[in-house]
Amino acid sequence: MSSRRPRSWQPSSASRITDEQINDLVSKLQAVLPEARIRRSDRVSAAKVLQETCNYIRSLHREVDDLSERLSELLASTESSSAQAAIIRSLLM
Amino acid sequence: MMACHFLRALFRIQQTSTSSSSSGRSRRIRRAAYASMAYSAGTRRAWSRALLRKLRSRARLRFPRRLSRAATPQRRDMDQAQVLRKLVPGGPSMDDCKLLEETADYIRCLTTQVRLMQTVMDSISS
Repeated sequence: MSSRRPRSWQPSSASRITDEQINDLVSKLQAVLPEARIRRSDRVSAAKVLQETCNYIRSLHREVDDLSERLSELLASTESSSAQAAIIRSLLM
Repeated sequence: MMACHFLRALFRIQQTSTSSSSSGRSRRIRRAAYASMAYSAGTRRAWSRALLRKLRSRARLRFPRRLSRAATPQRRDMDQAQVLRKLVPGGPSMDDCKLLEETADYIRCLTTQVRLMQTVMDSISS
């Protein structure tokens, strides 16, 4: 992984962050991104990981919005006792 | 547990749903989603503490949707940490290490919440 850091990195107030620490955290971040976005085995720049991370978070926020709307419509159109039963069923899964 | 909180909130929303508008209902569901994420992480995480503060202050929960228009291609890698700070609750006050740690946890929590909502959807619509 590149030892060059993006210039916007802010130094910690406590102590100097080493490149190694940053690289380690960046690779941990790469590990939570879906394989479709960045393969875990790929060595990519920190900037690329950050970029994909931002894209992924934005898409997750959109999914929450979308699912909220669809759940809202479903609850409105479903008869209340069957919706409640279904909600309880989800708890047991 | 994340699921319990979210499901209880859905119950309440469902019971009062006849009196509220549809966009109001979907906003409440969205809020319940972020609340259940925040409660599941509790005060252990900076992002969840920031989210809890926002929820308690009744402020509108907003995240930037688009790429920052100011980012020209050459500057993009310099801006990504700043862009990320705006997407993660509590981001602006985090240093780089903290930001990376908190982001990984925030993503894990978000994906769990999304899966939960999908499960509930499948359950209700079947």
